[in-house]
Amino acid sequence: MTAMPTITDEERSELRRHGILLTSVEELYNWGRSHSVWPLQFGLACCAIEMIAASMARFDIARFGSEVFRPSPRQADLLIVSGTVTKKMAPQVVRLWNQMAEPKYCIAMGACAISGGPFKRGYNVLKGIDRFVPVDIYIPGCPPRPEALLHGLMELQKKISGQSIKGPDAPRHLRADTSCEYPVPEFGEHDLLPPKNPDVWQAPDSSRKQ
Amino acid sequence: METPDQICHRLLARFPSAEISVLQNPGPAAQHSLLVGPASVREVAEFLRDDPLLRLDFCSNVTGVDWPDKVVVDVTKSTVPDPAGGPPKVTEQKTEHTQPGYLEVVYHLYSVALRHGPVIIRTRTANRTDAVTLPSLTPVWRAAEFQEREVFDLFGVVFSGHPDLRRILMWDGYKDHPMRRDYVEPEDYEWEPTPHGDLVDKSKRAHAPKPAGGPTP
Repeated sequence: MTAMPTITDEERSELRRHGILLTSVEELYNWGRSHSVWPLQFGLACCAIEMIAASMARFDIARFGSEVFRPSPRQADLLIVSGTVTKKMAPQVVRLWNQMAEPKYCIAMGACAISGGPFKRGYNVLKGIDRFVPVDIYIPGCPPRPEALLHGLMELQKKISGQSIKGPDAPRHLRADTSCEYPVPEFGEHDLLPPKNPDVWQAPDSSRKQ
Repeated sequence: METPDQICHRLLARFPSAEISVLQNPGPAAQHSLLVGPASVREVAEFLRDDPLLRLDFCSNVTGVDWPDKVVVDVTKSTVPDPAGGPPKVTEQKTEHTQPGYLEVVYHLYSVALRHGPVIIRTRTANRTDAVTLPSLTPVWRAAEFQEREVFDLFGVVFSGHPDLRRILMWDGYKDHPMRRDYVEPEDYEWEPTPHGDLVDKSKRAHAPKPAGGPTP
């Protein structure tokens, strides 16, 4: 692969109109991957009901190539965290994430998975799954409607299509400087140990920007 | 159905040595409850279940209440006669004493057979720290099993005679009782665009400059 493309996008689309298909390995690879994102068959709370609705006939997630909900994390590409993650459940969610094979993606679906939602002042709810798992797409809502999940899936497809195989933009499993290991938190005497993975999540700055 | 006063009267006639009284609820609901001492709550429960007039066969709800230590101010007035012949002086002496707190368990009982209820019974521990054992009513109403486990988990009441007393919501090895009034939640900072209340202090602590040499993100 060279740094400069030897053929521009306009020339390529002109050739396509004449029936000549020119593509790159990267484009073909990402096209295949982004249209067969297999989610893990896994639900946590009421958001899971909307996720199920999205997979049924009315919304039909099969139009986007994601109808194959896998019951095993070994065969899944996408973890949809659909619902409240309690502290008691969090180690199991991180363990499922670790058992998925790279390349893998995570969608935080709904207010609870993003931030704890209505339970964020509680003692027993994780304040967002992004404290332990790197989240690619956040879908707000309580719960989000199936259309919102489909939109999130389309955004994820865009993200996958834009990933390059080499270089600094490559996904983490193709780079030498990133780790694909996510430690599973343990049950402590008062809280999870550790309460967050500092490699994944840092408290955002709350000072006002002018 | 009988009123709580009538039930209390009958219970006292049946169990003369038991500590039973009626706790009035001054609110508009006026759901008065029976306060039963821990020593006799088991036999009282069996009586309420088996009595042909009550037949409270369904324990619908078990919950806990935490009553923390309370500082009570006693005011004693004393009159000192004025030696000059004027009006006597009234002095007030204020003494404070701490009323020890306790944990309370509340059972809501209904009768499915006779279609009445609820009859509410309460029982209290001696204190909040070491004497927190109460007799379990699971042998009387099987429905109390999980709810007593929940009270044990969240309030720390130990039920003697419970068949399977483990934590039910929090994990084994968890030390706290989150529904107690003096529970301190872990430092679990949550970002807010406009922190207010106690979140302001949490926000300051979360964004405090890290000590030099420590782990960097």
